[in-house]
Amino acid sequence: MAAVVASELAEETPGPAGRPRRRRGSLPVWRWAILVIVGAYFVIPLYAALRFTGLHSFPAVFSQEGFAPALELSVKLAAVTTLLTVVLMLPTSIYVHLRLPKVRRLLEGITILPIVIPPVVLIVGVLEVSPGFLKSTPYLLALEYVVLAMPFAYRSFDAGLRALELHTLVEAAQSLGAGWRQTLWRVLMPNLRTALLSAIVLTVALVLGEFTMASLALYQTFPVWIVAFDQTSGPISVAASLLALFVTWVFLMAITLIAGRSRRAGGTDVSLFSVSRRSTGGS
Amino acid sequence: MTSNETSPRPGATVRMQDLSRSFGTVRALAGLSLELAPGELVALLGPSGCGKTTALRILAGFDTADSGTVEVDGQEISGVPAAKRDMGMVFQSYSLFPNMSAQDNVGFGLRMRKLSSAARQRRAAELLDMVGLAAQAGQYPHQLSGGQQQRVALARALAIEPRVLLLDEPLSALDAKVRLQLREQIRALQQRLGTTTLFVTHDQEEALSMADRVGVMRSGTLEQIATPDELYAHPASAFVAEFVGIMNRIPGDVLELLGRPAALAGLTDGSPAGSAYGKDALVRPEGLRLTASPHGNGIVTTRTFLGQLTRLSVRLTGDVVVQVDQRTAEAAGISPGDSVQVTLADLPVLLADRSASRGDATPATASPGQVPA
Amino acid sequence: MAVDTTTVPGATQAPGAGRSWPARLRALRRWAGLIPFGVYMFLGLGLPAIAVAIGAFQNSSGGGFTLSNVRAATHGIYRQGFETSLEVSVVTAIVPGIVGFLVAYAIFTARRGNLLRRVVITASGVFANFGGVPLAFLFIATLGSTGLVTGWLTAIGLNPYDHGFDLYTFSGIVIVYMYFQIPLMVLIMLPALEGLRPAWREAAQNLGASSWQFWRHIGGPVLFPSFLGCVMLLFGSALSAYATAEALTSGSIALTPIQIGSFLNGNVLAGQQNIGKALGLGLVVIIAIAMVIYTLAQRRASRWLR
Repeated sequence: MAAVVASELAEETPGPAGRPRRRRGSLPVWRWAILVIVGAYFVIPLYAALRFTGLHSFPAVFSQEGFAPALELSVKLAAVTTLLTVVLMLPTSIYVHLRLPKVRRLLEGITILPIVIPPVVLIVGVLEVSPGFLKSTPYLLALEYVVLAMPFAYRSFDAGLRALELHTLVEAAQSLGAGWRQTLWRVLMPNLRTALLSAIVLTVALVLGEFTMASLALYQTFPVWIVAFDQTSGPISVAASLLALFVTWVFLMAITLIAGRSRRAGGTDVSLFSVSRRSTGGS
Repeated sequence: MTSNETSPRPGATVRMQDLSRSFGTVRALAGLSLELAPGELVALLGPSGCGKTTALRILAGFDTADSGTVEVDGQEISGVPAAKRDMGMVFQSYSLFPNMSAQDNVGFGLRMRKLSSAARQRRAAELLDMVGLAAQAGQYPHQLSGGQQQRVALARALAIEPRVLLLDEPLSALDAKVRLQLREQIRALQQRLGTTTLFVTHDQEEALSMADRVGVMRSGTLEQIATPDELYAHPASAFVAEFVGIMNRIPGDVLELLGRPAALAGLTDGSPAGSAYGKDALVRPEGLRLTASPHGNGIVTTRTFLGQLTRLSVRLTGDVVVQVDQRTAEAAGISPGDSVQVTLADLPVLLADRSASRGDATPATASPGQVPA
Repeated sequence: MAVDTTTVPGATQAPGAGRSWPARLRALRRWAGLIPFGVYMFLGLGLPAIAVAIGAFQNSSGGGFTLSNVRAATHGIYRQGFETSLEVSVVTAIVPGIVGFLVAYAIFTARRGNLLRRVVITASGVFANFGGVPLAFLFIATLGSTGLVTGWLTAIGLNPYDHGFDLYTFSGIVIVYMYFQIPLMVLIMLPALEGLRPAWREAAQNLGASSWQFWRHIGGPVLFPSFLGCVMLLFGSALSAYATAEALTSGSIALTPIQIGSFLNGNVLAGQQNIGKALGLGLVVIIAIAMVIYTLAQRRASRWLR
């Protein structure tokens, strides 16, 4: 749930034109105190977990029973979810920006719905209404994950689109003879690369970490496996968690770097934890 | 301080002596000295980075000079915190408190001075009326236009009857038309209240039209401070000459093509007079005349209509381009491509050192047409 | 997705304006582009939600209308569940709210590009995406009965377990939830703080305000909507959290999401299925209220902090 919100935050806009300003002296004591204490709160558990598992546990994770199928399932679900999400949300976002700009407000409201209806409640409803053939396949989860990922995807694309002069680009392309498919492929997509990447990474991170719906629907995805395996071996579970964390971090860092580089090269202004709200004067 | 009258308090005297301020390796101020007489409006004019805003902020108390003193009414105030300096400041933009109505914004300084609610409201209403926004008293900043916001900011700064009024490029973020209106309004208000005022801007037209005296700054020092007329007619240096208004820079040898100057004058900073040989001559566009002539000394390149005057760009033999201002009636019939004879009018010509300093001379004017460096 | 190729984008057609059929048809065609999205969301989100809402009022065995589920949901252990959940959510909304604000404040005065600032922002972004299973395990290793910090504290004679602390109950959950709540607060408050224009601070100073007066009259009021909005977000986030609590306590703690989950795990008497839905409905209603407050607060904030 935290991840859902992280994508709606305003961005680090470029600072005011560099008027030389006397820098305030180094941060006063109380600020350092806060940062140190809070920092400790965050770092110590990581250290504790590492100590608890011991480095030897990490390689052992891969050979545990159930690890491979669980991971495989999670990865497959992630792939399907991501594909569905992009196919659904990218054209929708573009369409709304192009033809129904007034609906944007409504759409932003809809993106809050998955927060209002938490996964634990959602799965209850889903299991109730889904036909039998869907319930018997884990891909039911993928379908629902699309709903969970919708807010991030929409906000990513929305931010990316707002940074473009969409109407102008499309009209320019059309005046030069491009059809819709070409416009989408050659003009819009390249400019939405960062937004797309952002949406993809957020979706993948979401699916790989989703526990609630998977466990209650009785499918053993990776997170579910980790919890189940805890009964067998605590250290292995902790090691697996740390691994999952680490991989997610690497992903997030990578996209922040890529987004940063593309921004410098003039790409769209979207980064992982942010939505460029300020640059276009707010919604 | 709690007077409800609009009769002006005598303005304060301000004396800034030898102010220096560096930011790391950048020398923002290098020994600036400036005095403001009571009730005077002094404009600090200069290109960006010249230190004018730094000087203002030091006076306001938002920054401290590395060395030098600041005195107001004879008292050294360098140690006084900004909140206690009793100066009103108008910022470039967006300085109104968003969570308060115009009226509350204007009354804020009075609130800090513990005026009663009734007294505050009265005074705020009075000031909003002075700036012509009585009807907008209840509106919030986001409901006001840029020009209206700056007027409220002005009212807010004046509400506290400040000893000094400080204006930090208050008009640069506004539309041209609004800028002109506000210029007059600020000047009128300032004169009526007799508040000593320091006005920082990079727009020379603004400075020249509003101020009692204008100080032209460059690289942290004051190049010249004088009345607008004086600055225009008797610039102290090539920089001032070319910054204020438009100036043609003509190498001495090309000057001969234009005839004999009525007089040669050195710049008041000691630049040499005497022969124009090996030096550059500085001539205003109105200091040149032209007439159509089949084998003249120049070809017209562009023609710009300015109302009563027309400005013609002429490329002289010798590949120097000059701007010539001619009364439109006289310039009728002369078009780009025509051959003309350019001569000097009967005015003294200023001499400056050769173009080693040319890179620094950035004529910052709003009028079309520049002398190319 | 079929896009209307016969109309030029941006063509001036007021939606629904004009009584003529062609105009209305055109407006309808424009809305058609939203059909895939609409249908998907209805099927994937709307339908389940409706099922829960209806089921909350249905007799588990028969299917007739009844209020017994709602009654059961608001009494006994389920009432306790709500109370505990609300307590946890309120505490983990306000405390991280304040801590997060302080952290954001501590770094927002640093210049952009400052190393400390960038580290804090990146770290916040990463930690905010924590949660669920990994987090639970992290804390078991830290504050579990044999955890690292527990050991440290015992060594200095302050075993928390002797003083009423238990990782697998209320106090533990609160400590754990803060791990993703605090960074969230930092990420949201930082831009809001930066929305505080320096000109306001300087103008206030110039008009004679002290630091305290600035915060009381301007800084505080202007930031309050953002702060409130964020606290609402944190509240909703904590209330709906399931994974962390489940991984931590294996379902042994009386929190509403856990209790809802237990209806699916079959840990419940037959004939009481729909109580879970009533619980779900209750949860949704509470979060919805919080999100309405959030939306209103955000709108106010964006107006002032533009």
